[in-house]
Amino acid sequence: MEINFTAIYILWLREMKRFLRSWSRVASTLMMPLFFLIFLGFGFKGAFIPGVGQTKDYIHFLVPGIIGMTLITTSMMAGISVLWDREFGFLKEITVAPVSRVSIVLGRIVGGMTTSLIQAILILLISMAMGFRVANFLSFLCSIFIMALVSSGFIGLGLIFASLMKDIQGFGLIMQMIVFPLFFLSGAIFPLSNLPKFIRTISYFDPLTYGVEGLRKVLLGNSFLPSWLSFSSLILFSVLTIFFGAYFFEKSEI
Amino acid sequence: MPAILVENLVKVFNGLKAVDGISFEVKEEELFGLLGPNGAGKTTTLNMLATLIRPTSGKAFVSGFDVLKERDKVRKSIGMVFQEPALDNYLTGRENLEFHGMMYGLKRREAKERVKEALKIVELEEFADKLVQTYSGGMKRRLEIARALVHQPRVLFLDEPTLGLDAQTRRRIWEYIKKLNKEKGVTIILTTHYMEEADFLADRVAIIDFGKIVALDNPENLKNVLGGDVISIEVDNWQNAKMVFEKLPWVKKINHENGLFHLQVEKGEEKIPFLIRIDEKEAGFKIKSINLRKPTLEDVFLHFTGKTIREREASQAERFRERAKRHQR
Repeated sequence: MEINFTAIYILWLREMKRFLRSWSRVASTLMMPLFFLIFLGFGFKGAFIPGVGQTKDYIHFLVPGIIGMTLITTSMMAGISVLWDREFGFLKEITVAPVSRVSIVLGRIVGGMTTSLIQAILILLISMAMGFRVANFLSFLCSIFIMALVSSGFIGLGLIFASLMKDIQGFGLIMQMIVFPLFFLSGAIFPLSNLPKFIRTISYFDPLTYGVEGLRKVLLGNSFLPSWLSFSSLILFSVLTIFFGAYFFEKSEI
Repeated sequence: MPAILVENLVKVFNGLKAVDGISFEVKEEELFGLLGPNGAGKTTTLNMLATLIRPTSGKAFVSGFDVLKERDKVRKSIGMVFQEPALDNYLTGRENLEFHGMMYGLKRREAKERVKEALKIVELEEFADKLVQTYSGGMKRRLEIARALVHQPRVLFLDEPTLGLDAQTRRRIWEYIKKLNKEKGVTIILTTHYMEEADFLADRVAIIDFGKIVALDNPENLKNVLGGDVISIEVDNWQNAKMVFEKLPWVKKINHENGLFHLQVEKGEEKIPFLIRIDEKEAGFKIKSINLRKPTLEDVFLHFTGKTIREREASQAERFRERAKRHQR
């Protein structure tokens, strides 16, 4: 179980090169959060929505949610992309190399986290152009830390799915059946307090809820959930999924 | 110390013995071929030797390292080219190779140097900085062979190295493989279901069928098992011809079908003049055509298994389908 830092670096570098060479793919992934941001952001401009009250206006409420959406889609994709490596054979090349599988998993997580964070920060910058204001530089740094936790957690979750699935057939299904419900349940685009109690209870089992709430806390200074709860839930989520992601990846057959 | 030592290796998948207790030895600098139909257990054997899957039982050593206990040492000492391409299409050829080198513990500068050399061997320098996406099938295979060489392994594993390539490209790959083995002294073990590939490349061939080695020797000796050459003669009066042929002391075996005789003889080229000199009137038959054939490994496979390799492949496929059906139930 030794960790090979060169291997992690190589896998990270590979991810970066692929990322920089596939702008069309990046653009298409960012399209959905951008649409949500622009149309909901401008469309509900100045509208009174109960529960949003304590933040300045709807766009300030919305932006952390859209960042959360960007993180969950890009990170799940990064985790599940192991399936593509398996499909195109490259996974064999990696698994036959004299490096531990833990290093391979870490390399993928570090690589996926970097590309995912770049995209989330891109969304944040676009929001700022639309009038979103971050409290100060420190809260910007804190938000990146929260983003990293959310991202690593969902990459781990993606890895679990990728290790349990045999081919890329189920990929679309996972994205539809997991990512979208988690996104809506997280209170990314409306206040959780407006949901019926039953659905709100389910929301508390959605890790993205804590990601979005955590981002609201650090970016805006206030949130529905206490910061200690968001923060500790995110750490727990991240640690658990990475552990089980690595476990199932180790077990999976090439 | 042999480059590879295999003792009674077994692999069971879902109750099916894919590899059924095989043993063999590959000497240093030898080019060793595993020949057999698809599904005979060649790839499974190779994957066990490369530590990709664990044997159910038995032992195997590569460069003296135990495949069960010294996984990383085995991996560092081998280069592997898989049956299916295992390249990253979004990277250039050079990047694929450099990343490989560094994964195997080379320093960046060292890796760059070795990659240059490896690309030269397979004549891909010109295309090195193009994305692998743009490569043809043959170029990809050459790149993979080059990649397997970057960390200078002592043993190279090639799993069906020319599968799906056209005849010209196949020839070229064969030349590289020969060159690597003869000039660089790399021990090579390759699997193939192409008879002529095993015949052309391998110093020794193990014929494998249903997970078992049925014959193991150099191609020449294997073909000699059949007792020399085959002369096929077409005649107009087979009863008379049969009487004459049966009296010839150097004919080892006669097969006859519809006026066509297959005579097993040694040094067939020396026997043809004799056959032609047979007096038509005295013997009472006329030779219509005559044909000398050296036995191929195909004939050898037929001899040992009672089936041609193509028939065997069909029946293997059948066997797996049946097995799959039973498992679904």
